Formats: sequence, structure tokens, C-alpha cells
Amino acid sequence: MIVLTFAALTLREAARRKVLRALAVLTVVLLALSAWGFHTLVTKEFDGAQLTTGELRLIASQLLNLVMFGLSLIAALGTAFLAGPTVAGEVESGTALAILARPIRRSTVLVGKWLGLVAFGGGFIALAGLAQFVIVYATTGYWPSDPVTGLALLAFQTAVLLTLGLLFSTLISPMASGVVAVGLFGATWIAGVVGGVGRGLGNDSVAAVGTVSQVLLPTDGLWRGAMYAFQDPAALLGFGGPAVKGGFPFLSDAPLTWAYLAWTITWTAVVLGLAALLLRRRDL
Amino acid sequence: MNAVWASGLRKRYRKRTAVDGVSFSVARGEVLGLLGPNGAGKTTVIKMMLGLVRPDAGEVMLLGRPVADPRARARVGYLPELFRYQPWLSAKEVLDLHVRLAGADVPERDRRDTLGLVGLADRAGDRVGGFSKGMQQRLGLAVALVARPEFVVLDEPTSALDPVGRADVRDILLSLKERGVAVLLNSHLIGEVERVCDRVVILDRGRVAASGTLAELLGGREVRLRLEKVTSEAEERLRRAGPVNRDGDLFTVVDLEIDLIPDLVADLVTLGVRIHSVEPGRVSLEDRLLDILGSER
Repeated sequence: MIVLTFAALTLREAARRKVLRALAVLTVVLLALSAWGFHTLVTKEFDGAQLTTGELRLIASQLLNLVMFGLSLIAALGTAFLAGPTVAGEVESGTALAILARPIRRSTVLVGKWLGLVAFGGGFIALAGLAQFVIVYATTGYWPSDPVTGLALLAFQTAVLLTLGLLFSTLISPMASGVVAVGLFGATWIAGVVGGVGRGLGNDSVAAVGTVSQVLLPTDGLWRGAMYAFQDPAALLGFGGPAVKGGFPFLSDAPLTWAYLAWTITWTAVVLGLAALLLRRRDL
Repeated sequence: MNAVWASGLRKRYRKRTAVDGVSFSVARGEVLGLLGPNGAGKTTVIKMMLGLVRPDAGEVMLLGRPVADPRARARVGYLPELFRYQPWLSAKEVLDLHVRLAGADVPERDRRDTLGLVGLADRAGDRVGGFSKGMQQRLGLAVALVARPEFVVLDEPTSALDPVGRADVRDILLSLKERGVAVLLNSHLIGEVERVCDRVVILDRGRVAASGTLAELLGGREVRLRLEKVTSEAEERLRRAGPVNRDGDLFTVVDLEIDLIPDLVADLVTLGVRIHSVEPGRVSLEDRLLDILGSER
């Protein structure tokens, strides 16, 4: 299968270009810092007393979400910057000429690269996320409520962003496509936080900012679904208030709906299809 | 059957017309040279022929199939003008990749032989990223040749090569010709084209300025004579041999049958002409190219 040839080639490129090594170093640093932080949280006394179990679980939930955001950011930046050069860079350098003069369809190359990048991002999320859960469990005794769903949603978030990166990669220069994809990712996250504040304050028009941006680029919606899966629902119930209703960026007030998941799958398929169409029409 | 048949190819990039109504064909087993100045549209024609650039108008049949069908490229080998291969793969891995993409069944030994043919046998395991430009072009040649092509397209195959490399490419071209592989060669090195090509297409400003076999394009032979004491009778005798161009004491008689030269020289001596030199020759492709491009402008 030629598609799998390109998927394997993409993974080999990531390994040989030392992307894997760079990611591993960043991840180990983040994990070590978080291990230190969680350990301090458990042992340190606040106002002369240690945290109660309920408080600890609530704080561990939030901190886990914060660290997982860091991990998802590393995955998103890594794959977006891999996705950018993969088409635009090869066209610019001339590597694509010899490849695309072979009896293969351009869409096959694109889908193969996409699969390789998804495997790369998903594999990273699974390994680093699992390591993080173990660290949190070892230091605080907290284990996320639905770790598999959470990690799957984070991997999907990476897939969404790299699909967007691939689309830009068929249109603009390698560097610009990575920068634009990451910029939009950040902007959607901020819009999601703004929308959450709107919901917390009961302001519908501010809340709509988050909703609209989550429909346009589903990374933030998936991230909120993942956070919900990592949190401790019992601890959140006891907490209540506007923070849980979406006002706090590292807590989520609702699980992902099936309708949103269906939309995200459709979005990804449409964007990938559009990228294939643009690449097919592109002069090399 | 033709290896490639192209008709009425046209391509515009924004306001600039790059290719304007180009038609040509390469027969199986034929070596066609594509010549022309920079910006004549040679590389664009090649890319349209391989389905890498979409023509605005025109049609291409590649090894019997329309070029839009990827299977048309199954037996085509291509060395692009802008050649670059995955720097993080080894030379052998690049060849393996292209064999897989071509869907060809090429045994390990033949792949090694192809690398040997281009002089990279002892660099098979080295990463392409460490290769010089010339070595990358040699690798590009191996990539073009490895999957048993029936049609090979070489766009400036010697641009980064030293004289030894150029001679190697000439040998490779001649051996392809011997094996009946059709070749399209775009090269600025006219000597190279003259030595190996059966036919030549000259492009200028996106159009075919001339095309034909070398004999058709270059015409007959000529003889250059350096003469003294040329009388009107002697001039008349020269003109009877063929059209004469005079530049001082240098007379060039064109389209002259080579067997008639001794008779001409004997007659000139009889007419009292002093002969300093007689050089039979042929119009070089370079002169002819400059001539054609000059008359176009």
C-alpha cells in the first residue's frame, strides 16, 4: 500500500530529523517539573494545615489539566511544524518533483503523510499523557476519571490541527503554514476562554465567541472535552460556582456531545479533502 | 507507438505566456534533444508532459495513456532540473523508495548496479544530506534509471557535473539508446545533444522555432577555402560548386558534396588560384541554433 509507504516515510523523517528527540527532551522537562510541583503540593502546608483530600483532588484535577495543556501544546506545535514543511517544503525544494512523477496520485501522498503525522501526534499524546497520569497518581493518588477518552480527544485535537497545517501547506510557504496553524490554535483557545467567562457571567453574546470559534476550528472544543475526562467530577460538584461553569480556563463544565464529535470528524474530512483537491490542482 | 505525444500545449503564468502551442513527439527508442535559450519554456513543457504542471490547453499521451492517468508514468524515469532527494535517507533508501513507488520489481543486485553505473556504489549507505550537488545529480540519474523505464526524461542532467561526470552521462545516454529506451534530453551543452540525439526540437519564447533530425537542421556539409589570386573565372567555378560566402580571402562553399572537393581544388589550381587551406566541415548545431534564434528575433 503506497499510502502506508508515505505514512512510514513521514514517521522515519520525524525520527531522523531529530524531531522525536527534541520532543522527548521537552516532554521529560515538563514531566519532571510537574512531578516536582505535585510532590510539593502534597507535602506543603497552607495556613498551617495540609490540604484535605477533597481540596487536593480538586487542585490535582486543575493542575493535571494545566500540564496536559502543556503536553497538547507541545504535540500541536510539533505536528503543525512537521505538517507545514511536508508539502510546501517538498514542493519548494524540488523533492516533490521526482516523487510525484511516479505513477501515484497526489491525494495518496497527502493521505499517507496525514496518517503518519496522526500516528506521530497520537503516539506522543498516549505515551506522554500516560507518563503524566502515573506521576500524578504516585504523588497525589489522583487518577483521572476517564483517561482513555481524554487522551483520545487530545490526540484528535492534534489531528485537527495538523490537518489544518496540511491544508495551509498546499497553499502557502512552509514556515507560514506552521505559524498560521499554531496562531489559529492559540486564538481559538483564547476565544474558548473568553466564551467560558461569558458563560460563567451569564452573558450569551460573549459566550457565543467561544461557541463560534469552537465550531470553526474544533481544537478548543476537543480540548475542553479532554479536560472534562481528566477532572474529578465529585470534587467539582462540591466546588460549584462560575469557575466550574466555564469561567476557569483549566476546568470544563460539560462533556463533549456526540453532535460536536460528528461535526469535528466531518470538519477534518472536509479540510483534508480540500487539501487534496488543492494539491491536485497545484503546478509544481 | 510514441513514447510521448504532445499537441498544442499552452501555459500562462499570470500575464506571462510560458508555452504557446507546442506540439512534438518522441518515438520509442528515439533520443530527442530539447534546446533553447533560458526561459524558452523547456522545463514547463517537460513538467506538462509528466503531469506535474496542468496545461491551459493541449493534450499529452504518455506511453499510450493520457497523462492525467497516473499509470501513464509507470515506466517513466525523470531527473528534474531542480533535483533534491530526502536528505535524511541514504542513497540506497532513496532508490528503494522509488522502486516501490514505481511498482517495479527490481532485484537488489540491479539496484546496486544502478548506483554503480552513476558512480555511487561505495556511497550507497550514506545519507543524501551529506552529498555534494554533483553527487545528488548522480543519485537523481540513478533514480531516473532504476525502475526499468521505457522513457527517460533528463532535464539538464549535467548541470552540476564535472567533465568526467558529463562523459559518464553521455555513455549512459548512448547505452539507453542501444537498449531502445526513448529519451528526452534538455541540455544547454549543445555538443552533448549533437552527439547523442536523433532529433532536436528548438524552443524559443514558448514556441517551437525549429525541429527535425540533425541532418535536416544542419543541412549539408560545407568547405572553407583560404584563397589568393581569385580571378572571376575561379569565382564562377566556386559558385558552380554551391552557394558561396566570401569574407576577405576566406570562401565558404555550402551544401557541397564532399566527393566533389578534389575536382574543385584541381580546377582552382588550373585557374591559377593559390590555395592556402581547404577545410571540409559541417555547420555546428550551435551556429545553427544561434542562426535560428537570431532570425526569430
